Amino acid sequence: MADPMRIRAQASGDKATVRVLMSHEMETGQRKDAAGNTVPAWYIQEVTATHNGKPVLAAEWGPAVSKNPFMQFSVKGAKAGDKIAVTWKDNKGATRTDEATVS
Amino acid sequence: MQTRRETLKQSAVVAGLLATAGFPQFAHAAYNKVAFDAKGVQDAIKAAGGNALVESKDVTITGPDIAENGAVVPLGAATALPGVKQMLILVEKNPAALVALFHVSDAVDANFSTRAKMGQSSDVYAVAIMSDGKALWAKKEVKVTLGGCGG
Repeated sequence: MADPMRIRAQASGDKATVRVLMSHEMETGQRKDAAGNTVPAWYIQEVTATHNGKPVLAAEWGPAVSKNPFMQFSVKGAKAGDKIAVTWKDNKGATRTDEATVS
Repeated sequence: MQTRRETLKQSAVVAGLLATAGFPQFAHAAYNKVAFDAKGVQDAIKAAGGNALVESKDVTITGPDIAENGAVVPLGAATALPGVKQMLILVEKNPAALVALFHVSDAVDANFSTRAKMGQSSDVYAVAIMSDGKALWAKKEVKVTLGGCGG
């Protein structure tokens, strides 16, 4: 299991800005190791976010997203105390969900 | 009295139940492999469902003028227009142009930032695909002094 994500959700006005930092290698499949073998691709393909259990965002990523990906988005109508959960799934089928409270 | 074997069996069953029932399932759109495999900007936009390409001042791309490290280039795509279906971030000269694709719902703003890898200096694009299939784009040149591919 990968390391937990760091999620910060901050309410401002009628929306909340959510910043997510995931922990993932994001291997492109283009790199070669010291022996000249191609390092197989290993990257996050799908990211979803929910606000109090209701899906609000779905994203698809390619291998060109940086290692330990960062993502920022804002959720309308989210206020302090609400729960924001983020889930990712990589091309090997591994998945992880973490949750944060809007402050 | 319980043997060690029985205890192990029971805990395996419990773990299985947790795995199947523990987490809510989301309705995923199938991963758009065609769009992410597309080499060029236009092919990727087409594969994502955009037809008519129009340059637009209402779409903004944010990024640095010069990126010192091509492995971590902060890029953002935003628009205030209503009726956006998807937001795309693309790097023209990467092996595959499409970096990220965000499905916009009513509950989120069409304003996303992330970090991308860039192999070399290139134009980067923010594309908003509207519900009628129009693809509004904006571009910006980012110079990279150290590439993010290979090593």
